Amino acid sequence: MGAVKDEIERRLRENFTPTHLAVTDDSAKHAGHAGHDPRGESHFTVEIVSVRFVGLSRVQCQRAVNRALADLLEERVHALALKASAPA
Amino acid sequence: MDATQVRIDDIVKGHDVVLFMKGTPLFPQCGFSSRAVAIMEHLDVPFHPVDVLQDMEIRQGIKAYSDWPTIPQLYVKGEFIGGSDIMMEMFEAGELQALMADSGVKAG
Repeated sequence: MGAVKDEIERRLRENFTPTHLAVTDDSAKHAGHAGHDPRGESHFTVEIVSVRFVGLSRVQCQRAVNRALADLLEERVHALALKASAPA
Repeated sequence: MDATQVRIDDIVKGHDVVLFMKGTPLFPQCGFSSRAVAIMEHLDVPFHPVDVLQDMEIRQGIKAYSDWPTIPQLYVKGEFIGGSDIMMEMFEAGELQALMADSGVKAG
């Protein structure tokens, strides 16, 4: 359990060296919905704070994260709620 | 641009506010689309919904159109604003309301 979550965390740490990172697996809440994957690990919430986001728009921040996770989002992860920001 | 991109471009530029979503405002088929519709209803501005589940070309093409891999997607005056997370952040900060006002989009 948790291989996809671990991979998400690994990539985000590697790409953004975040000062805050919380990856939550929400898959259980979506059992039976469209997009629910019997393997689990289909729905995630990510909170990430990184200096890499300084000066970027919200769209640019989220694009950067999406790019780091592109193949996972394409093949494995159905839904990702994302809150990406620069340190306050 | 291929034919689908031209079609998407026509839709985006043909309406002040466009929401590409899964399902319809009355029956959203995904939690994120549902949240986007709820935000639009709070804003009380007219918007043009496009159900991507009814058109596989648009469903795939819209991801390339704005280099954005997910749906929903909000456009105002031809410009890509963001997905549901960004809509929520902007709404909570009052920025979406300001954007609509600045764009001359009137409350319905």
